[in-house]
Amino acid sequence: MSIRQLELEVMRYDPEKDDKPWFQSYTVPCNEDWVILDAINYVKENLDTTLAYRWSCHMMVCGSCGMMINGEPSLTCKTFVRDLPDKVRVEPMENFPIERDLVVVLDDVIQKLHQVQPYIVRKDDPPPEDKEYIQSRGALAKFKQLTMCVNCMLCYAACPQYGLDNKFMGPAALTMAHRYNRDSRDQGKSDRLNILGDHDGVWNCSFVGACSEVCPKHVDPAAAIQQMKIDGAVEFWKQRMGITGDKS
Amino acid sequence: MSRNPYVRPMSKTTWFMRNGRYKVYVLREMSSFLVTFYSFLTIYALKVLSSDSPDQWFAFLASQQSVAMMIFHALALLYFLFYQTFPWFKLAPKAMPVQLGEKKLPDTYIIVGHYVVWLIATLFILWLAGAF
Repeated sequence: MSIRQLELEVMRYDPEKDDKPWFQSYTVPCNEDWVILDAINYVKENLDTTLAYRWSCHMMVCGSCGMMINGEPSLTCKTFVRDLPDKVRVEPMENFPIERDLVVVLDDVIQKLHQVQPYIVRKDDPPPEDKEYIQSRGALAKFKQLTMCVNCMLCYAACPQYGLDNKFMGPAALTMAHRYNRDSRDQGKSDRLNILGDHDGVWNCSFVGACSEVCPKHVDPAAAIQQMKIDGAVEFWKQRMGITGDKS
Repeated sequence: MSRNPYVRPMSKTTWFMRNGRYKVYVLREMSSFLVTFYSFLTIYALKVLSSDSPDQWFAFLASQQSVAMMIFHALALLYFLFYQTFPWFKLAPKAMPVQLGEKKLPDTYIIVGHYVVWLIATLFILWLAGAF
């Protein structure tokens, strides 16, 4: 297998020493079947042990190795060296504060994910004893695609609305809310729409669509948000007219 | 060890120059200027039409048929088609997916449906205008 010399330009930032980030170049001998994460791991193991970055599974499941690769929000475990030029620039995800090197601060989006109640809300607690909530395959199909999200947050790195104003709930949190709103077992839709219907919720999305284009799991957050706008408008009128919108 | 997260500022005025995706988005949104222009033009046309002065109306029609205005209208139409109509029709299945049982109706059906409605509406307007 042929070895290719890749020039890896990595953004570095040491919170204790640096005023601002800077770039460091490494020459990495790569196999053609390597992904960028392999090249970064090579740097860590052979060239510079001080480099900080997140990764875990190396197979698009954990969602922790998201970075900017030549300006594009990408999972480094999914981006093959063979698809890239000889010089590759790796930066931490845009729109997030940099903790150190390629590690970003995710506190804000984690808090937003909590805020949308990403779990099944039942109004008839406690649940019926020894019984499951039945769901048809058709009802599952309504939201199955949305369950593929691995919380990599590349959608936030791609979203200019979030970059300009981080009060915006953003793609992943809204999509998570939509996933539960669409779930036939859930009864918390009106609660969530009350939180998400304000300016910082769905209406701050202007449908740039970048979130869906960079999503490595094809969750399509932009579509989910547009559907929520329609759901929100319908729910608004239902509440106005005194019709309860929750599934029972 | 202390935390000192570094925030990379995003320019409020030039952020859309960051990549091609944002530029296309801004071009799409800028078509709203054309919407505004045509709204005012229609209101003005209605005002002239209701003024009981056929001369003014024919003068207005003539003004819209000057070479400069014809070129402007043609360019506006092209801009609208490429940055408004085509992208929005392409995005329509995202906002309005149709599910039949366990299967989703293919996006193409929804997109083609929009073009068919568009064609019918266009033919209806042309018929109203006496084109055939």
